[in-house]
Amino acid sequence: MNEIKVNFPRFGSYNVAIEHIIKQGLDCEYIDSPPITKKTLELGTKYSPDFVCTPFKYNLGGYIESIEAGANTLIQIGGVCRLGYYGELHEQILKDLGYQVKFVNMANADFSNPLSFYEEFKKINPNLKLKKITQACLLAIKMVEVIDKVEDYIRQNVGFEVVDGTFDHLHQEFLEDLRDINDKKELKLLYKLYMKKLKRVEVNKPKNPLKVGFVGEYYTIMDQYSNHYLEKELAKKGIVIYRWMNITNSIIKPQVEEVKKSIKNYAKYNMGATSMFTIKKAIDYAKDGCAGIIHVKSFGCTPEIDAMPVLQRISEDYKIPIIYFSFDSQTSDIGINTRIEAFYDMIMMRKEQKKK
Amino acid sequence: MKKAYLGVDIGSISTKGVIIDEENKILASEYLWTEGDPIGAVKHLIAALKKQMKGKRYTVVGVGTTGSARKLIGVILGANVVKNEITAHAIGTLSIYPEVRTIFEIGGQDSKIIIIDNGIVTDYAMNTLCAAGTGSFLSSQSRRLGLSVEEFGPLALKSKHPTNIAARCTVFAESDLVHKAQMGHKKEDIVAGLCKAVVTNYLNNVGKGKKINAPIVFQGGVSKNVGVIKAFEEATGEKITVDPNSHLMGALGVAILSQKEKEVAFSFDIEDIVFETKGIECNGCANHCERICVYKDGELIDAWGNKCDKGAIRIKSRVQN
Repeated sequence: MNEIKVNFPRFGSYNVAIEHIIKQGLDCEYIDSPPITKKTLELGTKYSPDFVCTPFKYNLGGYIESIEAGANTLIQIGGVCRLGYYGELHEQILKDLGYQVKFVNMANADFSNPLSFYEEFKKINPNLKLKKITQACLLAIKMVEVIDKVEDYIRQNVGFEVVDGTFDHLHQEFLEDLRDINDKKELKLLYKLYMKKLKRVEVNKPKNPLKVGFVGEYYTIMDQYSNHYLEKELAKKGIVIYRWMNITNSIIKPQVEEVKKSIKNYAKYNMGATSMFTIKKAIDYAKDGCAGIIHVKSFGCTPEIDAMPVLQRISEDYKIPIIYFSFDSQTSDIGINTRIEAFYDMIMMRKEQKKK
Repeated sequence: MKKAYLGVDIGSISTKGVIIDEENKILASEYLWTEGDPIGAVKHLIAALKKQMKGKRYTVVGVGTTGSARKLIGVILGANVVKNEITAHAIGTLSIYPEVRTIFEIGGQDSKIIIIDNGIVTDYAMNTLCAAGTGSFLSSQSRRLGLSVEEFGPLALKSKHPTNIAARCTVFAESDLVHKAQMGHKKEDIVAGLCKAVVTNYLNNVGKGKKINAPIVFQGGVSKNVGVIKAFEEATGEKITVDPNSHLMGALGVAILSQKEKEVAFSFDIEDIVFETKGIECNGCANHCERICVYKDGELIDAWGNKCDKGAIRIKSRVQN
């Protein structure tokens, strides 16, 4: 039998954890998607329906690029919006294009029943061991939590680094070292080591820096390429960035019932996907004294479109500016820069006025 | 010699420039078409301003640029401030109308709304996807009807029964317009209908979800169209103020902003300097960033467009500094 070479779409910094599951848990080779570039998006756009959400296009382009890099088994996951249909459609499109690959669609698994994931994993490698895959998944979850903690710290400090690029550099180094981790103990040590390194980075943070909160759709908010590095653009102007949305908060420890309760003045029922979290966090950021909120989504993301009128009400109630970015395969940097610069000017002017 | 400040607003369709004194009084101003050549347009603009300033005892010590070509022109003019058009428009308008609460701005290819509270910007939006409800839409439709843009507004005012025109999308609006014309609707009614369509489109897209409070100031090229002004007044039920210099607000704003920056040396004599731009694709990775290099008389003075350090272009003059 041919060797099993598995690819999972690039998603934020989490591919290190996925690599661990595939290598240690499934005993397969892992093919990392090449870094996302214009070419990835061009490929994805060319073969996707025009009006599908942008993450679908990024994923498809990434699949094609990783098949070219040697992958023969592709994984897609499910979700409670159009994401639930991604796998089926990706599989069909790739088949129509003539690629002969195995496609494993985790959308078939049931979140309330972990064993159903085991069934899906078995499709990747029929010889897998339950104990091994369980252990790998558990460690991968811990890895994700560590990634999220490290990135939270970076996000809140990168705008103030004295030497440009220090945090970026450490971040890359951290992800590289994370790949060699084999157990919880090693992970803990690595986390401690990097938090120490991060805290040692010289920052020039004023006493009351401006804070901005990010809310929005799952993929676009977490994948920096697809949101045109918005977080970094803004941080560079000397702003502390808050972004609650990550895998730890939304998947590993989601407090759905509490969230529902806390937003009941604004939304009576769940509008799906990330919309409830978007509303909840917008309220939190407003209360926590953020100078503004940035909402990001891919073009046509229905749950987030539903959240927007609610955000407009929050903006009015708490007198906090919220701006909205919708990303598409045709979005140009110039329009984004103009809006982000204006947003910065606006929150600065508001700050100066408050001082008076 | 007294101090003066130059503000240049280079839009997709038109290029605007003003020179002001320390009290924000306009000493000279010019308005001309960009015609796809921002560098050429700015050269003409500077020459025209130079003529107007002849004999006046002022030196320009601050230069600001705004508009979609702000970065490029900022480099060429050695600007001390390069500002986005939203902030520039707000500052310009506030200098004349400190009480303004809402600014409607419709330009050649974009339109925006700026909400102001207590003299500061609190919210804004820009059109993103569609050109319906912008100046270029109106000018292409007027051409279709055999009218000049200047005739358009006054003709709209004559209409008693504006024709309803589907305004959601430029393409549909156009086919609807053709259809209505063939049905026998009067030209003035169609023209008035178009003005209404622009306003409806604007309020439904750019102005969506925004609280529109008076006083309202309307600016940008389309604010010269009396038909659109009237349609705005009917739609909002408020008086719409249009400044005689409504097309210059961005340039004025950025000139004012340049007063606060470190002074620069500026010369009107740029006509004979050769400015060139070159697009150079980076081959560092599959992203192929297109980098723009700006040359002044053959010497590289600035470059941008790379996403990472791999594509950075070294600039000699900057290293020496």
